[in-house]
Amino acid sequence: MDITKTHIEHEHKHGRPLLSCRFSPTEPAVYFGSEDYAVWKWNWSTGQKVKFDSDAWVRGLALSSDGQTLLTVGYDGRLLWWPTGVESPEPLRAVPAHEGWSRAVAISPDGTLVATVGNDQRVRLWNFGDGSEVREFKGQEASLENAMRHDSHIYNVLFHPRGESLVTGDLMGKLIDWDVQTGAPKRSWSAASLSKFDTGFRAQIGGFRGLRFNHDGSRLFGSGITNVTNAFAGVGNPSVVEFDWNEGKQLLEYLSKPALQGVAWGVAVLPDGTLIAAHGGSGGNLVFWKSGTADAAHQFKLPQSARDLDLSPDHARVATACADGTLRICLLDAKPA
Amino acid sequence: MKKHPQACHGPVHLLERRKFLGVLGGGALGLGAMGTRSVASELAKQQKRVLVVFLSGGVSQLETWDPKPKTDTGGPFRAIPTSVPGIHISELLPHTARHMDKLSLIRGINTRNGDHGKGSYQMQYGRNEMPGISYPHLGAVVARTLENPANPLPGNIRVGGGGRGSDAAYLGPRYGSIGVDGKPPANSTRPETISESMDRQRQEFRRRADQRFLSQRRTAETEVYTQSHDQALQLMEKREVFDVSLEPARDQERYGKHDFGTHCLMARRLLENDVPFVQISHTNYDTHNENFNFHLEQLGEFDTPFSCLIGDLHERGLLSSTLVIVMSEFGRTPRINSLYGRDHWGTAWSICLGGAMIQPGAVIGKTNDNGTQVIDREVDHGHLFHTYLAALGLDSNTSFNIAGREFPMADPSKSVIRELLS
Repeated sequence: MDITKTHIEHEHKHGRPLLSCRFSPTEPAVYFGSEDYAVWKWNWSTGQKVKFDSDAWVRGLALSSDGQTLLTVGYDGRLLWWPTGVESPEPLRAVPAHEGWSRAVAISPDGTLVATVGNDQRVRLWNFGDGSEVREFKGQEASLENAMRHDSHIYNVLFHPRGESLVTGDLMGKLIDWDVQTGAPKRSWSAASLSKFDTGFRAQIGGFRGLRFNHDGSRLFGSGITNVTNAFAGVGNPSVVEFDWNEGKQLLEYLSKPALQGVAWGVAVLPDGTLIAAHGGSGGNLVFWKSGTADAAHQFKLPQSARDLDLSPDHARVATACADGTLRICLLDAKPA
Repeated sequence: MKKHPQACHGPVHLLERRKFLGVLGGGALGLGAMGTRSVASELAKQQKRVLVVFLSGGVSQLETWDPKPKTDTGGPFRAIPTSVPGIHISELLPHTARHMDKLSLIRGINTRNGDHGKGSYQMQYGRNEMPGISYPHLGAVVARTLENPANPLPGNIRVGGGGRGSDAAYLGPRYGSIGVDGKPPANSTRPETISESMDRQRQEFRRRADQRFLSQRRTAETEVYTQSHDQALQLMEKREVFDVSLEPARDQERYGKHDFGTHCLMARRLLENDVPFVQISHTNYDTHNENFNFHLEQLGEFDTPFSCLIGDLHERGLLSSTLVIVMSEFGRTPRINSLYGRDHWGTAWSICLGGAMIQPGAVIGKTNDNGTQVIDREVDHGHLFHTYLAALGLDSNTSFNIAGREFPMADPSKSVIRELLS
């Protein structure tokens, strides 16, 4: 692998702007959400394309480890289970998971649980097998000082690789570590640089647009926008913040160099610790960092803004969902001779 | 005028009505057999008012009054039914949707402009901004035409901020806007070091000096100078009108304790005191980036206090005599940009209005399926300005006579949207 030789290996022009993407764990295929109120599966080997009629913009996608089931959460708050191996998929199950938008869904490492978060500030846990609710993760009483609870839209959710913890991140840059077994909050901390109230426009901007653990779960990475000077024009810089999971403290903030304008919409971690973020804003880029070095090691320019990214199961490629309606799969290496 | 028990029992309301009648005491004697309540009712009917809610930055018509769900321009939000069968608005306005039977929509606006300053001027002055020509702001026109000499309160009030606006043009500074911020105006009490008799003497001295000056140099400005002093004295007597903290705690809770909630409550207070023109603003909607997140956030803050205000004006019998206009400088592009934003757009957008003589529950004008153009009853800011005045019972085709010169009240090349009036 040579990240400096990263190039676009496959491109699929869907036509309508894309919102999200996830690799199939078992096939040469990528699932992507689009502004056409549907999720699509595109097989880059065969060119086959399958529509999942979600009836809503979908930002949250998750796949079971056997690749047989796709979970989606949409701007309508519904959590849907889909079969992946059919030509015209219909939802196997639909759960009204949240009031308003749900932007993220995660499947537990053992495949038995599903976690969702939403703008309703709720964190809910579901049984993967039958869709029943296992529990709701409730934060501490608001009257408590520094209460461990979300008081803003929750943007992201992720299981720790060992499965005993669930981490959620919100618009205000707050992270909460929840005990999966009891549903109780264990600790909470913030990435102050990833959220800001723009006093000029009187609005909050930021939050965890991407959230990933490294492979052994010792590090947590959150991505978003920092140094915002104009929220309504998106003037700020893409950023990835690294946390020591055991200590629960921020270690480093990774920034683009030369500085880019926009958001780091997704983050991925290679086995050697290399970080990759998908940037969207003033154009699009893949930004690479070596672990522990704040300045970017490499930046690969995409033809358009990226809005999500996913790392392939073999760690050889990243998929980017782009605003120009094109799904781009980049090989993190030189073109084959 | 519909009576509401709450309106008749609220202590502030009772106090202000008593004051109102007190001011009119002499004149009301001639009404003989008419009961006190019916006198007040009749006078309230005659006194028209205007409330402008300005959504600064350019609110998206697609996320408010003209949603196009499931189209290429629709965005993620759904449309919801309202209290008027067949009228749907964005799901971001659930509380306002319940009051749609008191409001109307104009969905065919084309102002041919995408500039903030020019759009703001168009919508508030009813004309295109022209170099070297000044027109009066809607608030100044209303303050002049609905002026009630018995009411000492200013006729043109902006809630939020302070100072005086130079927005009255040829109507003169008397009708220019005054900014208030929910607290009694600064220096509106007599300093403790000055006794009542000393204050009387110094005011009398000022009046004599003014009269001497005016006898030699009389201009609109010098008259306003004198009038401002007299108005200030009257305002001192009514300074509590500007103190929104005197509103019941329950109402402050209902409206929300953020700026916009407080300003809506302040607007209610001023309108109840028959201020002819009140303008409040909510900022900001200039969402080139993340239009959906920001509209969710901003309209979430707008929806509750605005619907409280509409509900209260209706229940207190004031909506039938109060024109309410929710406007912006323009709308936002149907096209969603790469930042999830929408840009400036004056080609096909909407406003919401109601009260006074506006027909409730109406929709005038129509855009095409994805909102990129007006396909029925296209209007612009000139038509809207005429319609605002007509909804107050004014003839918008008349002119102001200023020192012998005729100044048309509204753009003579435009006309009233008659079908919107009841």
